[in-house]
Amino acid sequence: MELKTSPEVGGMGHSIKRKEDPRFIRGKGTYVDDVQLPGMLYLDIVRNPHAHAKIVKIDTVKALAIKGVLAVITGKDLEKYNLHWMPTLMSDTQMVLPVEKVMYQAQEVAAVLATSRYAAADGAAAVEVQYDPLPVVVDPRKALEPGAPVLRTDKKDKKDNHIWHWEWGDKGATDRAFGEAAATVKEDIYLPRIHVASIETCGCVAHFDRVNDKLTVWMTTQAPHAIRTVFALVAGHVGLAEHKIRIISPDIGGGFGGKVPVYPGYVIAVAASVLTDKPVKWIEDRMENLQADSFARDYHITAELAARKDGTLTALRIKTLADHGYTDAAANPSKFPAGLFHVCTGSYDLKAAHVEVDGAYTNKPPGGIAYRCSFRVTEAVHTIERMVDLMAHQLNIDPADFRMKNFVKPEQFPYKSALGWEYDSGNYGGALKKAMDTIGYADLRREQAEKRKRGQLMGIGISSFTEIVGAGPSKHFDILGLKMFDSCEIRVHPTGKAIARFGTKSQGQGHETTYAQILAEELGIPAADIQVEEGDTDTAPYGLGTYASRSTPVAGAAAAVAARKVRDKARKIAAYLLEVAEDDLVWEPGKFSVKGAPNKSKTIQDIAFAAYTNHPQGMEAGLEAVSYYDPPNLTYPFGSYICVVDVDSGTGEVKVRRFVAIDDCGNIINPMIVQGQVHGGLTMGLAPALYEEISYDEIGNIRGGSFIDYLLPTAVETPKWETGHTVTPSPHHPLGAKGVGESATVGAPAAIANAVVDALWHLGVRHIDIPITPAKVWKLLREKGVTE
Amino acid sequence: MHVNLTINGEQYEADVEPRLLLVHLLRDVLRLTGTHIGCDTTHCGACTILMDGRPVKSCTMFAVQARGKQLMTVEGLEQNAKLHPLQEGFMAEHGLQCGYCTPGMLMTSYAFLQKNPKPSEDDVRWAISGNLCRCTGYVNIVKAVQHAAAKIAQGGA
Repeated sequence: MELKTSPEVGGMGHSIKRKEDPRFIRGKGTYVDDVQLPGMLYLDIVRNPHAHAKIVKIDTVKALAIKGVLAVITGKDLEKYNLHWMPTLMSDTQMVLPVEKVMYQAQEVAAVLATSRYAAADGAAAVEVQYDPLPVVVDPRKALEPGAPVLRTDKKDKKDNHIWHWEWGDKGATDRAFGEAAATVKEDIYLPRIHVASIETCGCVAHFDRVNDKLTVWMTTQAPHAIRTVFALVAGHVGLAEHKIRIISPDIGGGFGGKVPVYPGYVIAVAASVLTDKPVKWIEDRMENLQADSFARDYHITAELAARKDGTLTALRIKTLADHGYTDAAANPSKFPAGLFHVCTGSYDLKAAHVEVDGAYTNKPPGGIAYRCSFRVTEAVHTIERMVDLMAHQLNIDPADFRMKNFVKPEQFPYKSALGWEYDSGNYGGALKKAMDTIGYADLRREQAEKRKRGQLMGIGISSFTEIVGAGPSKHFDILGLKMFDSCEIRVHPTGKAIARFGTKSQGQGHETTYAQILAEELGIPAADIQVEEGDTDTAPYGLGTYASRSTPVAGAAAAVAARKVRDKARKIAAYLLEVAEDDLVWEPGKFSVKGAPNKSKTIQDIAFAAYTNHPQGMEAGLEAVSYYDPPNLTYPFGSYICVVDVDSGTGEVKVRRFVAIDDCGNIINPMIVQGQVHGGLTMGLAPALYEEISYDEIGNIRGGSFIDYLLPTAVETPKWETGHTVTPSPHHPLGAKGVGESATVGAPAAIANAVVDALWHLGVRHIDIPITPAKVWKLLREKGVTE
Repeated sequence: MHVNLTINGEQYEADVEPRLLLVHLLRDVLRLTGTHIGCDTTHCGACTILMDGRPVKSCTMFAVQARGKQLMTVEGLEQNAKLHPLQEGFMAEHGLQCGYCTPGMLMTSYAFLQKNPKPSEDDVRWAISGNLCRCTGYVNIVKAVQHAAAKIAQGGA
């Protein structure tokens, strides 16, 4: 990309150092648990050991006798205010605290308020709860069988555990294509429950100030404005009005989707603060975080792919069972209960496709949120990339050649997919070719063939993904009715420095830096002179927040549009100062000059000063603008990843030897930050591919509920990622950018899974569900007689 | 119980419950909030500090175990308004994103470079394997530590 600004200005394309870092490397960030207010109380939560049980009695006597314990809050206390249930983002309902029964292990049962963390924990341990266990439903398939115990007895007339049925696409055309197909493949693919496990857990400090009638909540949230509105809607009847609610999302220690939902702990802390008139802190511990916060995935997928004799793909058919736990607490746009799963035709020019998804209730924690991906896009990508690989292998065509043959071609863009999406731009073959050249694909295939002769197991896996991010156009995209625009407000000060505020909230992505670079690009004001602020609802313009890779596509676009409004006014002022017509002025980043007389010019700083000291009569003073950007379409980042694995034929251990990731996120704002996003995303792709899973035994006991058995990759397991780019700008985004934070998490698991299956294909292995643990591989190797 | 100890060269004292965790003494009592809590079970390393020069995970130590000890936390890295080469390395190589694991990474790396001033990539990976990072994928953290090692070797600190 051509650089339009100098390194000193630091516009797009410059790898300027991050503005966030000076405070973080000194330990001077402010995360929620760092907030300590005078007189602050602490909340700890009593959690239930059963997967499904009636609450017989909650005895608080012993807890209340502990020094420092002030109160034990139960569902019955909240019921008086009708706050014992709350809506989920999917318009289902979720208990804040239970009154009758508990629905999953580790569910909140009561909360203890005390003068210290330790007293609160003592109190929580001393609350005695009597339970009467109920039949447990863990498997979503069994949940939908006739005669299964009905879990949601709170819902009148609910006679089963089926939440919703959703389907998309042309069933007739798809079935016809399968009828005519020369080759078909079919596979059951399970994408297990996983957890984002940001290193900072969730929590809040709620402070209700009775004198001013104002509630301030410091909160680990990715979407502060939406939270404010939800609080006002849910608690309006107890006197919380939206202008008296201030949500502050301070520094956030990783979000990845897990900090989008409203968890019961937040609501209880707010209620406790309102009732006591004191600040109340609630910080969950790691086990609470893993065991009770929203999970991701848990999709049981059956996929079929059809092709002609020559290997041309024709149709895709998918049926999926989505396990949502006891309530649908996903965080999808409201029109899409299965998120954007119907981007599952991926990078391939399929003529027909049909997708069905059914949601089921089980005795597990609620969720269905994303794990660093746009609404169910990893599920879609994993499915199509596994199926394409399966078909290529079955037809004995090299998986790279097979993809090249079936890709949507560059000249087909904008491309209307069989499931109705309009892909904005792409060059899929270009990215795959670059990945193949970088890794030395042909040589690797030769090496693999030689090793196979010697009995060594080596695999090469490809994933050529297409993402769909930047939700989204207001016509189709809303969360609880709130349209999914986002915002930027710019104020240029008299001395030419500026402050810009946004409706999004960085959790490590570096918005303070990249947004400043966008404004530097558009206005020529050095990025160093622009202060970026987010996360305080009293000061920032309304926006829907940061998740689903929407910050650059939506708020980044708002920054460009707002900056162009500032520039439009600046042009008028410059024309006045230079005594020429506006049309006689030429803009280059940082100044307007007179056409044909380049030494007659005014810098943006001159103009800013004049906007407050010498503005034209009849014009309003000041140099400010705001944009609420409604994207005309989504953006479709893509890429091709190639992974080389060696499988230990004795132990089944998979080692990722090399991993080349070629991403195309359109125009790049800060290459250093983009590479960092890809590195992190790849590691969060490696994690579920090989290590992470939360599962349950038959009576609903969690497995994977602490870092002892939920394995995050360390620096030792993580390979040295090799990254690169192609650049295919988005035609509709003002900066040609697409978003990149999640591409790698979406694309990487399939590359790894495809590599492992590729290593074992000649033994008759056709599919392995992730995480591909040594135990799973060892079992297969033993079945195939490779190891004892 | 009475605890006196030295943190970043300064004397501190406090009366604490015997069960108070060291990390809570640092964060909640002494308000040195640079040290973070990520897991409570010694797995994530966000709470790593140095005790008499050795890295320890302060979430699984009692405050009273630090009696009479010399502690160093992330707040002690910068000396006389001059950043430590590790801090510079983390900024230069983009070795941090959300910043939450960063103090623990810095303290582990600080102790490691004292023992191994010219580490290979693999050495660094093993050294920081008790510190989890969810954002960076570690590649740039490894570079940051090597950046600091080179700088220290040139007499940077």
